[in-house]
Formats: sequence, C-alpha cells, structure tokens
Amino acid sequence: MSNRIINLLVPVVSVILGLLVGAVVMLVSGYDPIEGYAALWDGIFGDAYTIGETIRQITPYILAGLAVAFAFRTGLFNIGVEGQLIVGWFAAAYVGIAVDLPKIIHLPLAILAAAAAGALWGFIPGLLKARFKVHEVIVTIMMNYVALHTVNALIRTVSDGGDNTGKIHPSASLRSDFLENMTDFSRLHYGIIIALAMVLVMWLILEKTTKGFELKSVGLNHHASEYAGMNVNKNIILAMSISGAFAGLGGAMEALGTFEFISVKGGFTGIGFDGIAVALLGANTPLGVIFGAVLFGSLKYGATNMPNAAQIPEEIVSIIIAIIIFFVASGYVIRLFIERLSKKKEAK
Amino acid sequence: MTKRKFGLALSMVLAASTILGACGSDKEEGNGSKDGEKKASDFSVAMVTDVGGVDDKSFNQSAWEGIKKFGEENNLTKGDGGFDYLQSKSDADYNTNLNKLMRRDFDLVFGIGFMMEESINEIATQQEDKHLAIIDAVVKQPNVASVLFKEQEGAYLAGVAAALMSKSKKIGFVGGMEIPVIERFEAGFLEGVKAVDPSITVDVKYTGAFDKAELGKTTANLMYSSGVDIIFHAAGGTGNGVFSEAKELKTKDPNANVWVIGVDADQYDEGAVGKTNVTLTSVLKGVSIAVQNISKLAQEGKFPGGETFTYGLAEDGMGLADSRGALPDDVLAQIDEYSKKIISGEIVVPETVE
Repeated sequence: MSNRIINLLVPVVSVILGLLVGAVVMLVSGYDPIEGYAALWDGIFGDAYTIGETIRQITPYILAGLAVAFAFRTGLFNIGVEGQLIVGWFAAAYVGIAVDLPKIIHLPLAILAAAAAGALWGFIPGLLKARFKVHEVIVTIMMNYVALHTVNALIRTVSDGGDNTGKIHPSASLRSDFLENMTDFSRLHYGIIIALAMVLVMWLILEKTTKGFELKSVGLNHHASEYAGMNVNKNIILAMSISGAFAGLGGAMEALGTFEFISVKGGFTGIGFDGIAVALLGANTPLGVIFGAVLFGSLKYGATNMPNAAQIPEEIVSIIIAIIIFFVASGYVIRLFIERLSKKKEAK
Repeated sequence: MTKRKFGLALSMVLAASTILGACGSDKEEGNGSKDGEKKASDFSVAMVTDVGGVDDKSFNQSAWEGIKKFGEENNLTKGDGGFDYLQSKSDADYNTNLNKLMRRDFDLVFGIGFMMEESINEIATQQEDKHLAIIDAVVKQPNVASVLFKEQEGAYLAGVAAALMSKSKKIGFVGGMEIPVIERFEAGFLEGVKAVDPSITVDVKYTGAFDKAELGKTTANLMYSSGVDIIFHAAGGTGNGVFSEAKELKTKDPNANVWVIGVDADQYDEGAVGKTNVTLTSVLKGVSIAVQNISKLAQEGKFPGGETFTYGLAEDGMGLADSRGALPDDVLAQIDEYSKKIISGEIVVPETVE
C-alpha cells in the first residue's frame, strides 16, 4: 500500500473505530446508538442554525490550535493559550465598550488590542525562558491563573462592581444581520474569515520568511541554530509573542462575536486547553489545525444535541466524545496496524 | 494489489456513510410518530440549567423538581410536548440550549440563574412570540417574566439560628461568586447573627465558583480548623464540598461540634453521617414554587410577560427547612418571632453588606 493511501486511511479508520466503541458504550448503558449518532449528526449539520453555531464553535478552536502549533514548531510548549485567550477576550471587549469610533477603525482596533494583549501574555514567559531559563510550561500554567483572576478583577472595576461589562458597541461587533438571517439567528460571525486568514499567515511566516526558517530551526535544534549565528533568545521571545497573539485573537472571537461582552468567570473556558489537542491532531501544521478544529468544534457543539434529541445523559455523551477523539489521536497505532497488515498480505 | 485494497477501503467508507445516512432517516420517522401522539391541548414547559447542572442538590435541582411536579400534576410526560431540561456545560451553551428548547416548541422556557440574563435578553428580542422566564435576574422584555427572591430574609433566620447555636462564637459563610444574589444571602446572614449577639465573628469567604466542590472543601477545612463550628454556604455545587468536609470531621470524631447550614433546597440528606447528621437546617429558596406558579399562569393563558415577581418570607418564597431535632424548641421559638417581625415589616433586612 502506498504511503498516500495509508495517510488517507488512518484518520478514516480511527474515526470509524471511535464511533464503534462509542456505540458500544451507548448500548451497554442502555441507549440507542443509532438515535444517538443521528442526534450528533443533526447537532452538527441539522439545519442552517446548527451549521452556523458549529462554525461559530470552530472559530476560536482554529486560533487556539494555531497558537499551540506555532509554539510547538519553534520547540516551545505553550500551555498558556487559555490565559492569553482570556486577556485577549477582555482587551477586545474593553476596546469595544470604552471607545466610540466608526466601524472601519473600531473593529480592527478591538481585534488588534486582543492580539496585543495575548502577545504580551506570551511575551512574559518567552522573556523568562530566554533570560533566566525558566521552563515555559510552568510559567504559562501559572500565567493562566494570573490572567483569570486579573481579568475578573478588571471586569469588576470596569463595571463598577458588577459581573458583566455589558454589550460592546455595534461598531466593534463581528456579527452581522446578514449572517444572522442566513443562519436563523445563530451567533455565526465574520471571525471565521479572520481565523482562516491567520492559518494563511502562520503558513506564510513559517514557510516563506527567513524569520520563520530561523524560528523552525531553533525549534529543531537550538544549539545548532546558535552555532549558525542565529539569536536563539530573541527567537524564543518572538515565537511566544506570536503564539500569544494568535490566542489573543481567539479571545477576540468570543468578545466581538459569540458573546459581545465578558462576564466574571468561575473557571477556565477550556478552549485554550482543547487547543493543545487541536494542534496535536493537526500535526502542528496550519492546514492540519483547521481539520483538528473542525473535528473538535463539531463534536463539542454537536454533542450538546445528544441530550436534547436522544435523551442521552450529559455524562455518557462526554465519554463518547472523548473516545472518538482518543481514537483519532491514537492514529499512530492504527497506522502501525495497517502497515503490518499490508506487509503480511504482501508476504503471502 | 494496492488498487484492490484501495477499492476495498473506498467501499468500506461508502458502506459506513450509507449506514450513517440511514440513521438520519430513522430519526425523522421517530419524530413523526412522537408528534402524532402529542395531545393537542397540552401545555409544555422546559428549563435550561446554569453550569451547576441539574443535580447540584440546590438551585437548579429545585427548579427542576418544580417543573417535574408541575408536569406530574398535569399528566405531562418528559420530552417533547411535555416537560424537559437541558444542562449547560459552559456559558457558551446558554444561547444554544435556550434556542434548542424553543425549536422544540415548548410553550414556556425557563433560564435558571442570573448568568443567563444576557442570553435571555438577546433571544427574547429575536423571538418575540415566544415566552421566557428567568430566575434571579430581571430582563425587561414584554415576553419575559422575571423572578427575584429576598434571600436576605431567609439568610437572616439562618443567622439567628447559627448565632444561638454556636458554642465557639465563630461562624463561617462560604459564598459562590460575588454576585448580588449571594451578597443578599451574606448581608441577611450577617444581620441575623448581629441581631442575636454582635460579639460573634463571622468569617466570610467567596470561592469564586458554583461548581467546584474541592474549593468548598478546602475553604471549610480552613474555617473549621480555625475554630468555626457552623458554616452557612451559599455556593451551589461548591457547597457540597463544605458538607463533605464536615462529614469527614464528624466521622473522625463523632463528638465534633461541626454544623452546616444548607441553601436553596432542604439539604438534610447531604449531611448524613451514619445515624447522625451535620445539617443544622437549610435556607429554603422557593425556586420550585416560583417555577410552578409561573407555569400555571402561562398554562391558563395569563403569562405575566414583562412582570417581575419577588418572593420573600411573606410570600412563602423563603424559609428555613425542618431541622429534625438539631434546633431545640426554644431556638425555634425565637426564630419564629424574628420571622413574624420580618413579615410584619418591623425588621427590614438589608440587601447589601453595610
């Protein structure tokens, strides 16, 4: 079997296996798997509304996935996407509320503010890593908590002790009547265009610029890069900042599209952490991240329809979704299995 | 060789897609027959929980029990055309869950909790012909009924009970998020304690979440080890951790003087340790009654859109649960006196901490 066919076959087999094991879980716990998967399918592609909401869910996943993937390619493990996303969310919401400008300036300004806030939140661990060799995993995890609680405090200050900033001005919103009417009042917004544009940006940076080549080479072997005359420390800081900017944009999607406000959070949104899985599923390539985000976002959003349409309890649904993702992620084992199978047949 | 295998793979994918396709049509048939069975005259009602979930043993659960009771009284069945609920896992789910229930044509949809304020507001403007209701927040739309509670009045009585029962003269309050609803609990509780004995100290801690039992447990641990003997929690699922800490202490030492005052629903079952119980009493919040009342009005065609209901002691919307012997008669008598004073307006309990 040629490599290309195996590459195609692996994800297909993993998804089918995941679905089968998920079906067994539903059968064992006394629910109809056909009804369950039909509900999942309807929850993702059922009508214009669900398709709109699915795309809405995929949008921040793409950006979170890009953030993790970009850091990974440069040899850094950015666990702080969650925190960078939260500060980006707040920055975009704040700009959306605090100033009143024409849309053509206001919207880009709010988006840039989010990217800048995220970049700053990535810059700090980058700096600490470059200067003092503090491991970025530890710093970014801690920065998540700093982000969560700082933003909560800022929301209270901005809203005079309230728990919600209130709606952003329409001039900063990514939503539009056109998309709303097309998808029957779903919260689909223009953010998906920004997310896809960022996929292209990441590809351009990594593949078409000298800086991108440097960043990748630092990721592959920073000793060799240093020997070749590259400034490793500068590249680490730059990589973390760009990664943080992607994550901050993910927050802008929530601030200017999905919610149009930010409220005090009891815990993490989970998007940043899921971004790690999205990046890994997509093998840390820009295009792969899109597929990872589509799979993750669709399953996450579609799953909410399973209790709704098939009366399957929330807990069972979480197990099934986890199993499907698990099988997709364990594609390596399946690849090994397929290769061995084809080799045996050829030997015969 | 490779070609044949590729063909096999292709046909497998095709087979899978036909199976999946068949699922889709099955589903539609199922829906059709359900609709046929639906009785024409029936009124249907549903609710969306906040992130605490339907089994939080307090706020959401008591709303769901109200809806179940309403359903049973009217011979409704769970599901389309009867009564149902959806749980929210994150705040992004509020809009979609509310919309899903609207699409299933429920006549009335409840949003449980202040966190749904923005979502209800947005959907109410989009779908003007649908009826919505929200608990613990006010949404000023002609198709939304709002329900508020005078939490401070119930908490005041709990404060009186705690102050009379405390031996260490140290009492704890564990709150969820710092939002007006919980601050009303806090204000009333502090006021009640002060009314009995101003020298008692109350340790106030907010955990910042309603769904983190582990946080509730560590907070309770700190309080109990600092000498606090009674904790009142207003923290939903986080408060379950307060109960488990108290129960652990009680299991280690059956003579330990640790008590918990529950919130929203009668949490007596939560506090059982063998034959004893750590639940002193619970502050009852009549979410269940409010949900039933509004459902009834809507069923009779008198949906109170745009109105705000406020439930306090006088309306039987707040109160203390049966302590099952934990509170002696003289304490109960004093609580009763305070309760009468609040109802008559002699005592006005403040809504915010001064």
